[in-house]
Amino acid sequence: MAVATAPTITTEAPPASPPKRRRPRPSGWWLPYALLAPAIVFELVIHVIPMVTGIWMSFLKLTKAFISNWGNAPVTGLKNYQVALDFNGAVGSALLQSFLVTCAFTVLVVGISWTLGMAAAVALQGKFFGRGFFRTLFLVPYALPMYAGIIAWKFMLQKDTGAINHFVYDNLGVGGEKPFWLIGNNSFAAVVVVAIWRLWPFAFLMLMAGLQSIPTDVYEASAVDGAKPFRQWRSITLPMVRPVNMVLLLVMFLWTFNDFNTPFVLFGNAQPPAGDLISFHIYNASFLTWNFGSGAAMSVMLLLFLLLVSGIYLIVLNRRSQRA
Amino acid sequence: MKIRTLAATAAIAALALTTAACGGNSNPSSSSSAGSDASGSGGTITYWASNQGTSLDNDKQVLTPQLEKFTKQTGIKVNLEVIGWNDLQTRIQTAVTSGQAPDVVNIGNTWAASLQSTGAFMPFDDAAFKAIGGKDKFVKTAMDTGGAPGQDPTSVPVYGLAYGLYYNKAMFSAAGLTPPNNWEDLVTDAKKLTSGGKYGFALAAGSYTENAHFAFINAAQNGADLFDKDGKPTFSSDGVVTGIERYLDLMQKDKVVNIGNAQYDNGTKAVNDFATGKVAMILNQNNADNSIVANGMTSDKYGVVPFPAPSNASAQTASHVAGINLSIFKNTKNQDAALKFVNFMTSAETQTALGKPFSSLPVLNAATPNFTDNADEAKTFSDIYATKSKPLPLVPAEDQFESTVGKAMNQMFATIASGGTVSTDDIRTAMKTAEQQVAAAG
Amino acid sequence: MRETNGSKAFRVIVVSLLTVFTVVPIYVMTTSAMKPLSDVQGPFTWWPTSVTFAPFIDMWKTVPLASYFVNSVIVAGAATILSLVIAVFAAYAISRYRFRGRSVFSTTILSTQMFPGVLFLLPLFLIFVNVNSAVGIQLVGTRAGLVVTYLTFSLPFAIWMLAGYFDGIPRDLDEAAKVDGNGPMGALWRVVLPAARPGLVAVAIYSFMTSWGEVLFASVMTTDANRTLAVGLQLYSTQTNVYWNQIMAASLVVSIPVVVGFLLLQRNFVAGLTAGAVK
Repeated sequence: MAVATAPTITTEAPPASPPKRRRPRPSGWWLPYALLAPAIVFELVIHVIPMVTGIWMSFLKLTKAFISNWGNAPVTGLKNYQVALDFNGAVGSALLQSFLVTCAFTVLVVGISWTLGMAAAVALQGKFFGRGFFRTLFLVPYALPMYAGIIAWKFMLQKDTGAINHFVYDNLGVGGEKPFWLIGNNSFAAVVVVAIWRLWPFAFLMLMAGLQSIPTDVYEASAVDGAKPFRQWRSITLPMVRPVNMVLLLVMFLWTFNDFNTPFVLFGNAQPPAGDLISFHIYNASFLTWNFGSGAAMSVMLLLFLLLVSGIYLIVLNRRSQRA
Repeated sequence: MKIRTLAATAAIAALALTTAACGGNSNPSSSSSAGSDASGSGGTITYWASNQGTSLDNDKQVLTPQLEKFTKQTGIKVNLEVIGWNDLQTRIQTAVTSGQAPDVVNIGNTWAASLQSTGAFMPFDDAAFKAIGGKDKFVKTAMDTGGAPGQDPTSVPVYGLAYGLYYNKAMFSAAGLTPPNNWEDLVTDAKKLTSGGKYGFALAAGSYTENAHFAFINAAQNGADLFDKDGKPTFSSDGVVTGIERYLDLMQKDKVVNIGNAQYDNGTKAVNDFATGKVAMILNQNNADNSIVANGMTSDKYGVVPFPAPSNASAQTASHVAGINLSIFKNTKNQDAALKFVNFMTSAETQTALGKPFSSLPVLNAATPNFTDNADEAKTFSDIYATKSKPLPLVPAEDQFESTVGKAMNQMFATIASGGTVSTDDIRTAMKTAEQQVAAAG
Repeated sequence: MRETNGSKAFRVIVVSLLTVFTVVPIYVMTTSAMKPLSDVQGPFTWWPTSVTFAPFIDMWKTVPLASYFVNSVIVAGAATILSLVIAVFAAYAISRYRFRGRSVFSTTILSTQMFPGVLFLLPLFLIFVNVNSAVGIQLVGTRAGLVVTYLTFSLPFAIWMLAGYFDGIPRDLDEAAKVDGNGPMGALWRVVLPAARPGLVAVAIYSFMTSWGEVLFASVMTTDANRTLAVGLQLYSTQTNVYWNQIMAASLVVSIPVVVGFLLLQRNFVAGLTAGAVK
């Protein structure tokens, strides 16, 4: 299969482990499978089978008329896909636009969230008074119910009554008409900022855990050798959190691309085109209109795209690590 | 490879099992709703109610005494669950798909034709109507919403709602105006009242359902239909386009609506503006009374007139027939009990008891509304509901009309609010796109 | 210590900016929770013109917040514990063993993250209903159904991350434990898990928060008796009014235990747990 070596995660610092010897171990060969068994069962029932069902749904005309009796739904083959990919038609062009918006959204959100998370993890790496307080403070957005956090931002982004406009225009005295943040083109900036607010604490959490596994004597040794902090970050920290980072970035990418809750709570039913993210777009095309076949087809295409990107990502990274 | 083939086989087997069971959903014995076993003398039915009161808890408190009364009369127990509007449609979808459904459910009456086409709901034939007191006891416009024309309806009305034009009496008399009875007067009045930071109108311009409703009402006033007799969408016809245009122009040309209203994604915000004296008029369904009063404006300070049509209108449509209907799931195991329950809910005493807390108009002929103490208002709404309202298109694609046209109007309001212009051609292009979307979803 | 002036300045700037970014919306939430409803719906003021604690009292009645809170704690707690146990075993297998099917498994669970969650809903509902008719275990409308769903949702990420953290722990430690007479399970329990404590805590937090905040499946899979908080919060938005101040108040109150939990747990993010262990 395309992604032959999934996570061949390598580590650099520890000394070479004993060479792998392929000796038959009848007493222990079943162990990895036994360890995996519960995970396999749950994944199969809750994730894999619904996914396969979803894929099968995409080949059907599964609308209102057939939803109570799937056996009767006509098989339409690739028609759902054709409609979705017809970029001149209404459905296809909307889907394409949503896809492009989501790509831009994901790159910005993941990039900035990761940077903030890493900056905070590094800044809070060394001991100082109040470190525990700040660590907890930065996790608070993650602890808040997502609905309330996004609603708070919705308040702040209102045109006439919101805090942001109030601060910039009334308090700071900037002139001009207060802009809309939740409709029109500015809505893209709004959804990006809110998504970052919610995502960066998560990156911070994971990187903090990763950084804390690095022994401090390594840093001390390099400092004795005259290494500046940035050099230390680049040569020690970054490589040592590589296993964590690789997974983190990929997962952040996937989740942000598929983010449904942020646009749903922020924009509700009035999704502006500038903020039309693909997950909500598909929900709109399927759940709200009872056209499940079409929604399933769009989801499968999304799945294929993300598989492709992830595959390339993993291959490139594995090649890099093998060269290094 | 062993694990791979094992996993694949298991997956395929499980999928086959799921599919086989899916296909047999119409078989009632394979699926049962949680509480509908015939235990006890009269049995038990499960009822999903929608949120009509001030909170889900309030709904429960209002309904429970009625349900107890019903149990005393018939010996049938009712398991009540109140579901918020956010979730109701999804819950109904999963119920229809899986067969695990309640016996009776509230539905928004605009969903009736859509839900009918799923085939999961019991049609009311002559026998069923007899069991609930006869088709004629219902207000005709309300009964018309029960399902697509030419077929037995799959729902009956239980709560009625209609749009009215609420106006602020003080602001009107201060400007020396009387409430408008045609569209042109409406605009003139609104312009006179738009000054000093106050606006003539507040609209839920960011709510796609409200926008869609008014696209329909204005089109009806122009004598235009949204779907032709084959069920194909005719959104780009002149009548519809001009109807939408005059609604948009309230913000665009007449400038009697604050551009901030483009962010109002539900009606409560417009109601707040009205109740706090920031705007002189709003268009709302009659259940706005509770909110208006809760925000401090007493019922003698506002009046209601029907939403006016242009002087050359083909029809004096002032509202769509809004409200809630009751449906019975086809695979119910307690059809008699469910019918008795529907009969009870649509009886005169229950209607009166629920009318006030749920702010609803009665769906029975010759009943007086009691949702407000203001007799004039009650009469106006009754009149609108019975004589000036028209059901939204009774086609399965009705919900797609709402989402495509409504959301297109959201975008147009957003463009206007951000300083752009929307011309008649822009509207027509947007409507053509909406038609395509509805056709594609076919 | 390696504290230079540069890194001190970096810390001050980063921490200040992030503090402002984090705190302002929380401040807005807090002041909104203390305003009467009309003020919340009106123009925004930094400092509330009238302070009332009524929302904190009314919120328990408008919506049965207490029972929703309990449901959420039970569901999220159970899902977290189960998910963690299963993920630890699976991650240990992936990290420490090269076996046939390893890449298939990893790729499959990774691909589950690529499907929009919304589309799992109907098929999953159907599966639960069929399980009910086949085996008699009621999953829809029960907490168990939610626990099963949530633990599986957090599994893929948990397994991937834990495998990554485990990979960062030198195999020498495992060997050292085996020399002492432990089997692989003993090595896991005695050596790998303690060394991976920051990772374990991070993943547990992730698992808990995923279950805590999930809305879509909870709204469909629960009835009033076992509804969770995330869904319950939306019920403050009713037919007639949206009680913003109560939503904010409820969110703050239910977040307090979670934040306290974070505070207590952050002790685990301690440096150098592996240093000096192999000597």
